[in-house]
Amino acid sequence: MREDWEVVIGLEIHVQLSTESKIFSGASTKFGASPNTQACAVDLGLPGVLPVVNEAVYPKAIAFGLGVGATIGERSCFDRKNYFYPDLPKGYQITQMDEPIVIGGQVEISLADGSTKTVRITRAHLEEDAGKSLHEDFHGMTGIDLNRAGTPLLEIVSEPEMSSATEAVSYAKTIHQLVTYLSVSDGNMSEGSLRCDANVSIRKKGDDKLGVRTETKNVNSFRFLKKAIEFEIERQIDILESGGRIAQETRLYDPDRDETRPMRSKETATDYRYFPEPDLLPVVINEAYINDIRKQMPELPAQKRVRFEEELGLTAEDANLIASDLGLATYFEICATTCSDPGMASNWVKGELLASVNRDDLLVANAPVTPIQLGTIILRIKDETISGKIAKTIFNALWQGEADSVDGYIEANGLKQVSDSSALEPIVDQIIQENPKQVEQYRAGKTKVLGFFVGQVMKQTGGKANPKQVNELVISRLS
Amino acid sequence: MEVTDSVVKNIAALAQLQVDKTELPRLAAGMQNILDLAEQMQSADTEGVTPISNPLDATQQLRPDAVIEQDQRELFQSIAPATEDGLYLVPRVVE
Amino acid sequence: MLNRTLAEQISDLQKGEYSCSELTEAYLIRISETSDLNTFITVADDALENAAHADELRASGDDRPLLGIPVAHKDIFCQKNVRTTAGSRMLDNFVSPYDSTVIENLNAAGTVSLGKTNMDEFAMGSSNENSYYGPVKNPWRTSCVPGGSSGGSAAAVAARLCSAATGTDTGGSIRQPASFCGITGIKPTYGRISRWGMIAYASSLDQAGPLARTAEDCALLMTHMAGHDPRDSTSSPEPVDNYLESLSKPVSGLKLGICREYLEDLTPEIRAVFDEFVGELVSQGAETREISLPSSPLAIPAYYIIAPAECSANLSRYDGVRFGYRCEDPKDLDDLYRRSRSESFGAEVKNRIMVGAFALSAGYYDAYYNKAQQIRRLIKNDFVDALSGVDVILGPTTPGTAFPIGEKSQDPLAMYMQDIYTISANLAGLPAISIPAGFVDGMPVGVQAIGNYFDEATLLAIGHQYQQMTSWHQQEPEMNS
Repeated sequence: MREDWEVVIGLEIHVQLSTESKIFSGASTKFGASPNTQACAVDLGLPGVLPVVNEAVYPKAIAFGLGVGATIGERSCFDRKNYFYPDLPKGYQITQMDEPIVIGGQVEISLADGSTKTVRITRAHLEEDAGKSLHEDFHGMTGIDLNRAGTPLLEIVSEPEMSSATEAVSYAKTIHQLVTYLSVSDGNMSEGSLRCDANVSIRKKGDDKLGVRTETKNVNSFRFLKKAIEFEIERQIDILESGGRIAQETRLYDPDRDETRPMRSKETATDYRYFPEPDLLPVVINEAYINDIRKQMPELPAQKRVRFEEELGLTAEDANLIASDLGLATYFEICATTCSDPGMASNWVKGELLASVNRDDLLVANAPVTPIQLGTIILRIKDETISGKIAKTIFNALWQGEADSVDGYIEANGLKQVSDSSALEPIVDQIIQENPKQVEQYRAGKTKVLGFFVGQVMKQTGGKANPKQVNELVISRLS
Repeated sequence: MEVTDSVVKNIAALAQLQVDKTELPRLAAGMQNILDLAEQMQSADTEGVTPISNPLDATQQLRPDAVIEQDQRELFQSIAPATEDGLYLVPRVVE
Repeated sequence: MLNRTLAEQISDLQKGEYSCSELTEAYLIRISETSDLNTFITVADDALENAAHADELRASGDDRPLLGIPVAHKDIFCQKNVRTTAGSRMLDNFVSPYDSTVIENLNAAGTVSLGKTNMDEFAMGSSNENSYYGPVKNPWRTSCVPGGSSGGSAAAVAARLCSAATGTDTGGSIRQPASFCGITGIKPTYGRISRWGMIAYASSLDQAGPLARTAEDCALLMTHMAGHDPRDSTSSPEPVDNYLESLSKPVSGLKLGICREYLEDLTPEIRAVFDEFVGELVSQGAETREISLPSSPLAIPAYYIIAPAECSANLSRYDGVRFGYRCEDPKDLDDLYRRSRSESFGAEVKNRIMVGAFALSAGYYDAYYNKAQQIRRLIKNDFVDALSGVDVILGPTTPGTAFPIGEKSQDPLAMYMQDIYTISANLAGLPAISIPAGFVDGMPVGVQAIGNYFDEATLLAIGHQYQQMTSWHQQEPEMNS
């Protein structure tokens, strides 16, 4: 029975650190360059070349460590991991084995039922990325592009503590959110800035011992991660239910066929012969350095979520949505400060703003309406200068570039709400006079027709009348 | 430690060296020589001794994050055995 | 002019006794006349052009001391647009696209490169018999080896084929050939000279240094070779001493450590040379102290695990993909790797790669690699203790004189024992010099002095002061060329 089985998932997430140059050389890490134009002598592993460590990787790795409450390795060392592969120029990868930069830590992940779960992190270590193999047909040959070789990575290893594909995706999203929040990585998954290896095993419920695991490598989207793990779970259960055994192996997810299959190439490479990299020395980080980074740490998503809920009074759902993205959260905070109304700011941000951003496929940071402008629009609603409907007109005008100032646009287009009763009274009187039938109905107790009168006045004034005031005026005239 | 044929074959596979029938006994003997010599190390009491990996016990100096390398693909590929469209070519890799 | 030391040539050139072009041409003629010695893998085709340029610069007032001095480089140093082979078929077609720091610095000092000298393949060997380009002959007796791995450089200096040469020393590869060829060679402190562009054998042991006729000549080269290089993480930021000024430092008052373990198995002839050397320094006012390096017998076994382990990884980049030898028609990727490597690496290189891969493999790491690195700590601690009481530690450089070509090539253990006195300095990272100190049966013998970290100045001063009172370094091999 399917219910008899328990799924155990651990993830290794490779995060590309956002640096200008590579981890051990002065070549550019820019994405999309022509093949091998960003592979310098060090990246190519020419005879006699030597690595030197890029200082920029430390603040990033340490910020991540502090973000997950880890211990920072005050002394961290590099090791060589030996295997032959055409995209690995030196025949070894420089990585961290015994003394990584980040040890331990944990993150809270949100589950579908609204509850949360703690996932512990084993370690996170610095290493260099490999190049890329291109399998298009070069007369039956494979082409090797080493531009990516030497790109700095932080490999984040979780404990095997997730028990479904959904949990694994939630964990991966939490890590993604954190590394982008901390500017550790640009998090651009389509460019390979965040890639997951999923270790999946199955065991009988109640068993202490872990089952044999497979590792599905290099999954580069959350959707594929979910599908790959789901496929792997089904595959393994099928094998176990039919009395078979799981082979410990490395697999690849093929999105076109929605399946995982064994990787043929790495089968033989089982003994990596790690040893301390003699070309590099231990990196010693002192307490003051770590404290400096701690002081510069931005507020983390989890902290923001709590503050939005507790201090700004947002609903849990809104707080979660807005805190999930640093750009959105920052926009919201500026907007809320401008209008001093977090509730309204939240409604506008998750409504009008997100809809427009999604429609035009923009980053929040590039929205044509600035958070101060949106805050001003909200302010004008609150001080009854404009109605909500006019507010949307102004928002759209700003978005389309037809306006550049909220107040200027209101002024220029005469959108100011009419709250002057001496100006409204004649209009109300005229409407009452012109619609005796409705007056009769109202007086007979059909108070619903009140809306008709208000609507007519609004129409007459081009939406500029203060609806609340119109309402009051109509009632007083009809009674 | 006795260097058997299977040890030689296993290590040669890791080191990507070819072992044919004539080479196998020679490699086995060569390894055996050094590993016998290394047996002498077992006489030393190294309990609790921190291994050295750098003789100076120095620490790493870091490099500023700056791009200082220019594109030299043409020069680098002028010494490569097989390239096409800027790529290094190898026999087909099946993943 | 070829028999003049580098220091003397500097003064001759300044006085205009002869020009750089004349000196360079004379060396090139002698190199071609002695091609039987097989000292060079590649002779520079632009040496005369560069010498002429140096003459022009001198005429226009350039007074850099090394301007126009013809030197030879061990073929392990990458030199831009020059074939750099490391003595291996693997790199037979490798024209380096960049300069090593050593060559860059010596070029900047004005030296003229005469070419690249022969060496044991990837610096693995003590006799120069492991070169793809054939063995080098010892100019003192051409049936004998010159030592290794910097055998081509040592033989070239001894045969007056260059003013001085560069070398590298991983377990004795500068000092042992210097001793065998009757010249002076120094392996500086690990990290004193940049390893950038120096083809790696064992990264934590490799160190470049000069081979020359005299300690003074070595000091002249060291002045330009030493210094911090940001491209080498293991290069030291320690300021460089003024080696030339310290040459005149008298030896009186120096405390010489005589290592008990080093004298135990010496032949009487080598012992006599050593005692005479110590006697000369004592007569100049130095004092002796007996010291002990109890872990030194473990240096060879530890070295033959550590160096192969590092080399097994360092040589993985030779895979036939981006440079170097590639086998014909590989049928698949493994075939490309295995045949490219097996067809182009020599027997000793394969041997060490295998041992190294084994020593790092699952289940053996602790007993071999880790144990060796622990022993290395014990060896270093011995030296630190000893050097807290003495200025230098003296001993023979080699257990014997140069041996006949072919004699030890079938006996690897006997070959490995060549480095018995030199290897500890590499494991500990200490500087050490070999100084010509006499002859046994017509073949030169060197004495080694090991100094404290970054105290190359004292080693060079001892060599210089000794050479002021002796003439071993002035002996010239008779060659019937």
